Amino acid sequence: MSSDSSPAAQEPAAQEPDLPAKSVPPGLLSLFVAFARMSLAGFGGVLVFARRAIVDQHRWMTAEEFNETFALCHFLPGPNIVNLSMVFGARLRGIAGGVAAFSGLLLPPTLIMTVLAALYVHFGELELLRRSLAGISCAAVGLLIAVVFRMMTPLLKKPDGVGLILMLAVFAAIGVLRLPLQAVLLVAIPLSVAVTYVLRRKVAA
Amino acid sequence: MSSQSPIWTLISTFGLMSLFAVGGAAAAVPEMHRIAVEVHHWMTDKQFADAYAIAQLSPGPNVLIVTLIGYAVAGIPGALAATLAMCLPTALLAYCVSRLLNRPSQSRWPGLIQAALVPLSIGLMAASALILAQATDRTLVALFLTAAVAIIASLSRVNPLWLLLAGGLLGFAGIV
Repeated sequence: MSSDSSPAAQEPAAQEPDLPAKSVPPGLLSLFVAFARMSLAGFGGVLVFARRAIVDQHRWMTAEEFNETFALCHFLPGPNIVNLSMVFGARLRGIAGGVAAFSGLLLPPTLIMTVLAALYVHFGELELLRRSLAGISCAAVGLLIAVVFRMMTPLLKKPDGVGLILMLAVFAAIGVLRLPLQAVLLVAIPLSVAVTYVLRRKVAA
Repeated sequence: MSSQSPIWTLISTFGLMSLFAVGGAAAAVPEMHRIAVEVHHWMTDKQFADAYAIAQLSPGPNVLIVTLIGYAVAGIPGALAATLAMCLPTALLAYCVSRLLNRPSQSRWPGLIQAALVPLSIGLMAASALILAQATDRTLVALFLTAAVAIIASLSRVNPLWLLLAGGLLGFAGIV
């Protein structure tokens, strides 16, 4: 356990000045609080806030490590960000850390959601909510675009030309051509693995 | 259906569904609709649409629409059962796979595979941003709002909550 559990976790910027990733692993309570905070901030999706907290604020992972962990969770079944909480927490603190992050991510919003569900049963009219939601959704899409740009920066910095081409190809296949996901992945995953293998051999040789 | 308790139906339904939900919760929403509205008649079409809106609007992972479905079926125990069934098995699976991949003193394949997935993952995210934008940004003002938020969030370190709040206020005022 780190000595500074909850008060320090409240103000992450003050906790670690400008250290690189992987200094002291956070305590279980810090993990729980950090994931509860990103979850409660996560209107319209938690990824934006998860990346911000893990990479920018706490510096628990570098941008590249985050990309690799998220990519793995992305291609496994289940809700990505929930998978990420478990994998990330376990990487820092073992299975207990995974459970701490998992419960931090899910417990507070589940309670809120249950209250909302009860309210909805009593007052079924949601017109104002729906109007506000329209505006929030527009902003949430903007945030998603921004996080995609930020996740691209390790590829741009290297620069990883092959990676960028693969990325654009998947984007075009799914986003523009609307090809079925399974078919695209069936081609893209072996291709990407093969290309990465060949490139690494070249570097090693 | 038949004699099964509703809680057990929720657990088996969502536990099974999560194992096939590759690419995130958004990919599973059509299947949730089919099961909740058409197969089990847990909810009406409008109730489902409202549940989707509430899940988007409230904080937390969007997968928590299952909490609302569970509540509609069996109250608070149903809400908890549905949530855990949807989230826990795959999280444990992810934990096991990531441990396998990151075991020390292994071949270089795990690292290689993870690295190979990164550009694909980012491409997928970009594609879903495009698809969501096409569904959401029906007006020029809406498109402008999305673009403005994307630029501000890319270039500055402003807390994204403020941008969401601004979007919500614009929507509330009927501008977007």
